[in-house]
Amino acid sequence: MSEAKDRIDSLVKANDVVLFMKGSVLFPQCGFSSRAVAILDHLGVPFETVDVLQDQEIRTGIKEYSDWPTIPQLYVKGEFVGGSDIMMEMFESGELQQLVAA
Amino acid sequence: MPMAAHEIEELILAALPDATVEIRDLAGDGDHYAARVVSKSFEGLNRVKQHQLVYRALGGRMGGALHALQLETAAPDGD
Repeated sequence: MSEAKDRIDSLVKANDVVLFMKGSVLFPQCGFSSRAVAILDHLGVPFETVDVLQDQEIRTGIKEYSDWPTIPQLYVKGEFVGGSDIMMEMFESGELQQLVAA
Repeated sequence: MPMAAHEIEELILAALPDATVEIRDLAGDGDHYAARVVSKSFEGLNRVKQHQLVYRALGGRMGGALHALQLETAAPDGD
């Protein structure tokens, strides 16, 4: 478990914007992950994705790491931002744009 | 393993007794819900912490028995 935590830690620190999701950018495997990718596409900033379906350790580990029960999960500059509902609220209010631009 | 809307509401109210809870069954299949929860407990908390309170109230069912719950939270008099 702590190995998963270390791997998540490095992913979160190595990428300014990283989305833990089900599936890939081209083929999201869940409506919520798909919505999260669409929001990031709109922002027009580079982002990294991690497909948790390909990695059971990360899939379980990220839920504990963030204390958050669902996927997708967005991290910006090392900080947990939230899931797709929070992403949508923040996108609509302009906060997400500010956060990634800061 | 769907959950009924009133079960979701009861669990949230048990943890946040002052809350106003509105639940919509999005697909009519008892498995895809949207909830709006307004509670004084959310005052001063960021969105992540607000949602975590609701997830905690659902006691581990989120992501398990309850696949899809779109969540919107707010403190009273503010959004």
